[in-house]
Amino acid sequence: MSQVRPILDVRELRVEYMSPSGPVVAADNVSFHIDPGEVYGLAGESGCGKSTVALALLRVLGPPAVITGGQVFFNDTDVLRLDDRELEQYRWRDVAMVFQSAMNSLNPVMKIGDQIIDALQAHEQMSTRAARERVKELLQIVGIDPRRIDAYPHELSGGMRQRAVIAMALALNPPLLIMDEPTTALDVVVQQEIMQQLSDLKSQFGFSVLFITHDLSLLVEFSDRIGIMYAGEIVEEAPAKELFKDPKHPYTFGLMHSFPLVHGPRRALTGIPGAPPNLLDPPSGCRFHDRCALAFAPCPLQRPQLIQLPGDRQVACFLHDGVHDFDTSTAMQARIDEADLVGAHR
Amino acid sequence: MRYIGRRLAFYVVAFWASLTLNFILPRLMPGDPGTAMFARMQGQIDPSQLESMRKAYGLSDDPLPVQYWNYITSVLHGDLGTSISSFPSPVTDVIRISFFWTILLGLVALIISFALGSLLGIIGAWRRNGFVDSVLPPILLFTGSFPYFWIATVALFFIGFKWNLLPLRHAYADGLSPGFNLTFIGSVGKHIIMPAGTIVLVAIGGWMLGMRNTMISILSEDYIMMAEAKGLSQRRVMFSYAARNAMLPSVTAFGMALGFVISGALVTEVVFAYPGLGYSLLTAVRQLDYPLMQGIFLMITLAVLVANLIVDLLYVRLDPRVRTG
Amino acid sequence: MSLQIPVLELESEEVREIGTGLQGPEQSQWARVRNWAPSWIAPLFHSKKAIVGMVILLIYIALAILAPVISPGDPKAFVARPHLPPSSAHWLGTTGLGRDVWAQTIWGARFTLEIGFLVGIATTVVGCVVGMSAGYFRGRIDDVLSLFMNIFLIIPTIPLLVVLAAFVGSKDLAYFVAVLTLTGWAWPARVIRSQTLSLREKDFVAASVVVGEKGWRIIFREILPNMLSIIVASFIGSTIFAIGAQAALEFLGLGNPGRVSWGTNLYWAQNDAGLLTGAWWTFVPAGVCIALVAFAFAMINYGVDEITNPRLRARSGIDKVLKERKVKTTGTRATPVVQQRSVS
Repeated sequence: MSQVRPILDVRELRVEYMSPSGPVVAADNVSFHIDPGEVYGLAGESGCGKSTVALALLRVLGPPAVITGGQVFFNDTDVLRLDDRELEQYRWRDVAMVFQSAMNSLNPVMKIGDQIIDALQAHEQMSTRAARERVKELLQIVGIDPRRIDAYPHELSGGMRQRAVIAMALALNPPLLIMDEPTTALDVVVQQEIMQQLSDLKSQFGFSVLFITHDLSLLVEFSDRIGIMYAGEIVEEAPAKELFKDPKHPYTFGLMHSFPLVHGPRRALTGIPGAPPNLLDPPSGCRFHDRCALAFAPCPLQRPQLIQLPGDRQVACFLHDGVHDFDTSTAMQARIDEADLVGAHR
Repeated sequence: MRYIGRRLAFYVVAFWASLTLNFILPRLMPGDPGTAMFARMQGQIDPSQLESMRKAYGLSDDPLPVQYWNYITSVLHGDLGTSISSFPSPVTDVIRISFFWTILLGLVALIISFALGSLLGIIGAWRRNGFVDSVLPPILLFTGSFPYFWIATVALFFIGFKWNLLPLRHAYADGLSPGFNLTFIGSVGKHIIMPAGTIVLVAIGGWMLGMRNTMISILSEDYIMMAEAKGLSQRRVMFSYAARNAMLPSVTAFGMALGFVISGALVTEVVFAYPGLGYSLLTAVRQLDYPLMQGIFLMITLAVLVANLIVDLLYVRLDPRVRTG
Repeated sequence: MSLQIPVLELESEEVREIGTGLQGPEQSQWARVRNWAPSWIAPLFHSKKAIVGMVILLIYIALAILAPVISPGDPKAFVARPHLPPSSAHWLGTTGLGRDVWAQTIWGARFTLEIGFLVGIATTVVGCVVGMSAGYFRGRIDDVLSLFMNIFLIIPTIPLLVVLAAFVGSKDLAYFVAVLTLTGWAWPARVIRSQTLSLREKDFVAASVVVGEKGWRIIFREILPNMLSIIVASFIGSTIFAIGAQAALEFLGLGNPGRVSWGTNLYWAQNDAGLLTGAWWTFVPAGVCIALVAFAFAMINYGVDEITNPRLRARSGIDKVLKERKVKTTGTRATPVVQQRSVS
């Protein structure tokens, strides 16, 4: 357990969408914390609620979303209790966000320079000239030619747009940066460049990062700790290396084995059968049990709580009781081999 | 610039189409178009004058293509023929003044209804379920359902006739001579209130709803969320990010709606005896002054085309994506 | 010329969904179902606006059809002294020619509604044929058809109608239908064309093309059923236009003054100096009727729009739910924070 006070402490956050068919709980009792200078990865399939959590931290979720429980402490302040003025100040200055699609998150009729100046002038008393200088600096830092300050978003390439959005996020030097699938829309080469850039920037400025993605391979490479979300809940949390070596939750194992390794031994891709649940009518008990190869008696009956495991890890799964150690990887591998054998005999 | 080029080419084609329409119309009437058109004149002018009028109007015994060519060239030279009811004034003289008044009325009414309507639409979309969003649209929808001429007549009756608040007819007080002085301009202002007000009352609902619907679409876009995440003030997000983008489809719609509003303005002119193109057109029809009628029709069409061109130029200024495209 | 509400052009994107698989029991309007009873007809009856509109419209249609019963006799007959104010004998008074205003109003509904519907149907049919052809076949055909559409759209309608009227002698119903269709077909054509264009890009159409279905079959069996709401909206828009334009023409004296319709009623009221003598009852009923009918149509359109446009529908559905659960929204659009646990 680290002794430093976390920069972000999310406790039992609960977000619901009021749909005409009933409330959909998109984030159910989500708790995690991020230490200063740390990169915390949040992973899961599409629709698991990770973006919802991220947007809730800034309270920019539009209707029909409602935050129905929990606390979000940024340093010592509960963001959920801020009034409108405080909220405007907190946004971007304390926590900034890099959205998924840069093309869609940039105002198409405004020059990119002006959009960054907007952010600056909304929080600091700055003349336009001074703001422009600062913007040029920022563009330089992220690798864009400062002369493009007056370019419109559609005049930039995909990679450049993403850099511009990153520059915008860094404008006020926020201690916490949220990145929601920052490289998903880019091709692999550019992806690698951007990730490298982000690493460098992080070393330079020392911000913490909440990194959200469905691409676990990226997280394993760049995060310090990773939280795995499924159907609105965090089902496992562990330091990145540990998670990779020894995934405790069967879902995590599935995710791990859904992407090929560039280095390391050859292994078969397995994936996870089935589809994420309909949150209007989620499965009983453990939400993953109907797709889980290791499901057993208690799984359909009760919802597992998050349990502490040694080594700063948590998991919500009946296979792990915190006392006995259960080797999920071996068990899953055994099941897979069994299925292969059965398949071969058909 | 390619965009403007294409639009310009279209307007040229559209104008040519109206010219052709104008050419065809008299020839649709049974019998000799010349006789029918100038029937009134028989006996008032001598045959040689009649003949020259027919020639000026492209009506001769030449084959059709030749007549067509003559007609087009004379129009392009600014010769719209000679008015029958105001013989021997050329049509262009007669409509010169009317043109100005219609433009004035049209501009005033359009700008007010567009600006006010758009503003209401923006506010309505932003403040969900506020007064503007829930009460106004049905009301404006209702007022917009009335025909222009009816509102005009009712306004004329109550405000003009019964309560004597505003003048009843014409563009300025009879007896005043036009000039750049306060009295004249004041009079013009007073006289334009009811006609313009009528048009605004009927047209504003459409602008408001259009803008509101567009804004609702825009408000669910990512860049609005991003703008809010940046901690920008409500006003800034609403205007510089949302409305600025919502304006684009509005401006496009503006161009299209011009034709409708002009139509409404013309009818309103008639009710208020406002000396614009609409009023002249109707008078021309009643007096069977065909050259004047057709000349006015062409001018009206030209005005709409030019207005659309201006709107296109405005659009290019507003949407940077079109400039480089 | 009454109100033209721009028909919100439906986009093919869905409402932005954030992190949830909102697969509710709600049917998406773009369901690949070959059924001719679109799924939005039932919800239509849930829209208060549409219901109001339909009720008003039905009342007028009933009045028009039952005119001989409600107000027997010739509406143009001389019944009493001119310009009598409303009384128990003559509910809406008499005109400047001594005719019963009530009778004129009831009978006037017939022609006005008739012309409205006829033109509405005609323009919608023409609009469909032209619009769908342009949108489906694209290329040269689209270029030519679009050019025609744009030309007719840009030429101002009333001036054209006025000029046409001057050149034609007698004017019967056929003339008006023809002329109004001529000036009014372009708007539905344009809307239908853009809808066809966007639908054409959809997967289920591509699938049909690959399978080898012929063009016309695709248009009728795949595209058309998904466009019904747009077609209905265009029909309504055209009808409003026709009623307004016809009334304007008649008011200007370019209609058929011998016929009884709301427009000619207004013409005579104006002509006989009704207002100058203070006889407001000669002028008000017909105008109010036109407005009510146009308003009713517009309400139906508004209601349909709210049902079929996913964004507007989401918005109104959400408003209801938020109100039920008493979620207070702050002045800003920040996500509201509610501390009580909701009932799942």
